[in-house]
Amino acid sequence: MSEIAADGTPLVAPPEPRRAPITMIGPVAWARENLFANWWSTAITLAMIYLIVKFAVSFVSWAFLNAVWVVPVSPQGIANTEACRALKGVGACWAVITEKHRFILFGTYPYEQHWRPLIVCLLFIGLYIVSAMRRFWRWELALVWIGVLTLIGVLMWGGILGMPYVPQERWGGLPITLILATFGLAFAFPLSILVALGRRSRLPAIKALCVLYVELIRGVPLISLLFMASVMFPLFLPEGLNIDKLLRAQIAIILFAGAYLAEVVRAGLQALPRGQYEAAEALGLSYWKKTGFIILPQALRLVIPPLVNTFIGFFKDTSLVLIIGIFDLLTAGKTAIIEPAWQGFGVEVYITLGLIYFCFCFAMSKYSSGLEAEFNRHRRR
Amino acid sequence: MSAAETLASSVRKGAPAITLAGVNKWFGALHVLRDINLDVAMGERVVVCGPSGSGKSTLIRCINRLEEHQEGQIVVDGIELSNDLRSLDAIRREVGMVFQSFNLFPHLTILENCTLAPIWVRKMPKKEAEALAMEYLERVRIPEQAAKYPGQLSGGQQQRVAIARALCMKPKIMLFDEPTSALDPEMIKEVLDTMVMLAETGMTMICVTHEMGFARTVADRVVFMDRGEIVEQGVPEELFANPRTDRLKTFLSQILRGH
Ligand SMILES: Nc1ncnc2c1ncn2[C@@H]1O[C@H](COP(=O)(O)OP(=O)(O)O)[C@@H](O)[C@H]1O
Ligand SMILES: [Mg+2]
Repeated sequence: MSEIAADGTPLVAPPEPRRAPITMIGPVAWARENLFANWWSTAITLAMIYLIVKFAVSFVSWAFLNAVWVVPVSPQGIANTEACRALKGVGACWAVITEKHRFILFGTYPYEQHWRPLIVCLLFIGLYIVSAMRRFWRWELALVWIGVLTLIGVLMWGGILGMPYVPQERWGGLPITLILATFGLAFAFPLSILVALGRRSRLPAIKALCVLYVELIRGVPLISLLFMASVMFPLFLPEGLNIDKLLRAQIAIILFAGAYLAEVVRAGLQALPRGQYEAAEALGLSYWKKTGFIILPQALRLVIPPLVNTFIGFFKDTSLVLIIGIFDLLTAGKTAIIEPAWQGFGVEVYITLGLIYFCFCFAMSKYSSGLEAEFNRHRRR
Repeated sequence: MSAAETLASSVRKGAPAITLAGVNKWFGALHVLRDINLDVAMGERVVVCGPSGSGKSTLIRCINRLEEHQEGQIVVDGIELSNDLRSLDAIRREVGMVFQSFNLFPHLTILENCTLAPIWVRKMPKKEAEALAMEYLERVRIPEQAAKYPGQLSGGQQQRVAIARALCMKPKIMLFDEPTSALDPEMIKEVLDTMVMLAETGMTMICVTHEMGFARTVADRVVFMDRGEIVEQGVPEELFANPRTDRLKTFLSQILRGH
């Protein structure tokens, strides 16, 4: 203890906390420690800087400085891509996007009706945003989902309110991808929870059924499930009954995602200490109340990262439907460059498609880390 | 004093609260409970002690059926334990339990921890449940923590919340499984004080603990278990002063050396 004056204040002011020397903190110190610690670390750093700068410079000049943004189009609709071909390898031909973006986004949907799938995409995004906000996490949200998904069906099919009917074969592009992913996860997630609970059930029949489902589905590639859904499944159906091809692919995706998510959820259930189950039981909570109030909220929080990892994987895996001829975003992009005039400009199209997928996946990833941080705020470990 | 408490005191040491007759339990080949016979009257306070692994936890966990016994009969508050789900619900509503590791729900606030079961099991209106929870949180002297989460409380505070949470169900019987064993020494007293206070209200209690001081002040009877058997039982002073069996002698000497 330092000396105390009569009025209780210390005679000697406690020393101001000194700042660490600049050589120990801050960016300079960080760089020295991580990039220039010794001679070979310095050599590698310099080599990497050289490569990164060189790559960045050539990318910027390809993608922006030398790029072609528009090309003349003849009255017959044939694009004159000579300007692009002359610059091949030197400048990007973004003209393919300028020309074809509506085809890539909406596929073969009737051109003058494109506003409908556009609204559908915006509705999906709005739905995601609203569902992401915790203050809307009430049971009414389920009604909003049912309402919006119905509205989406009405917009896509039409046939009422003066909107011409558009058969499902003509849908394409981003709406297909969003439909497959949204319905896929909206059904697969609850399914996976039931399966995960079933796998831990005391009833042998339920347990066996859930194990069988998970192991069977996990044992085959998604592509073969999709093939089965599109080719084999109709063979087993009675004559005349024909389930829509998109619906069949959708069911295959739900079943597939359900099996994987079930294993993630089960990991969460297993990670929860047994005391939590016992405390809930000792209070007299029934199985479903215990599960709904105590077990699932905690188990799902524990597995947010792997859960979102699986979500992101499935969002991208919806592109596999291209092998059974469903016109999703990726298929639309591939088809857009089949035309002779645009052949050879795949890179630009794929970069654009990649960016679209990236936006959705990155948003999911950012959102999940925010959610995780918020949930863990009160947990002290 | 609430209605439940007056009731509990009025029937003090009257009707049987818990009866175990010829109870046997095995974990696989391990015989953990051997021919247990035990009667606990309403309002009686029983302390169970014994070496680690002697089956104390298993015994009290059989009383609210967190574990199932294989032979014999357990009757709690006039209801026999069986596979019938309705009798199980009825018993769990009457029997509160406090665990060694607190087992609070970490994703719920202290208040929510206390109101969850009254609202969803007792079907109590939310307002009423919250008022009740605050009353018990005051009784265990932590009303100011109601809005916090369990992770923000000390061990002793958490265990007191766990006691309040169990009391909010207005149980007739309380089971404690080594409630102070996971606590730092300076927090043991606050939890024991809470339990003494509870004992003074006339609650029927079965308490597994090695706190001999607590047993002396509170217990009507001490039950000594070893290797799945009840070896000796009796009034605390007498049991501790004149142990009849070598097993209890050894146990007591170990306990005293440890403290
Ligand atoms: N779930 C279980 N499965 C198998 N053995 C168990 C289980 N729970 C307890 N045991 C065993 O039963 C015996 C008694 O345990 P327990 O009742 O916890 O003793 P105590 O509480 O007196 O320390 C111990 O040998 C323990 O290893
Ligand atoms: Mg124990």
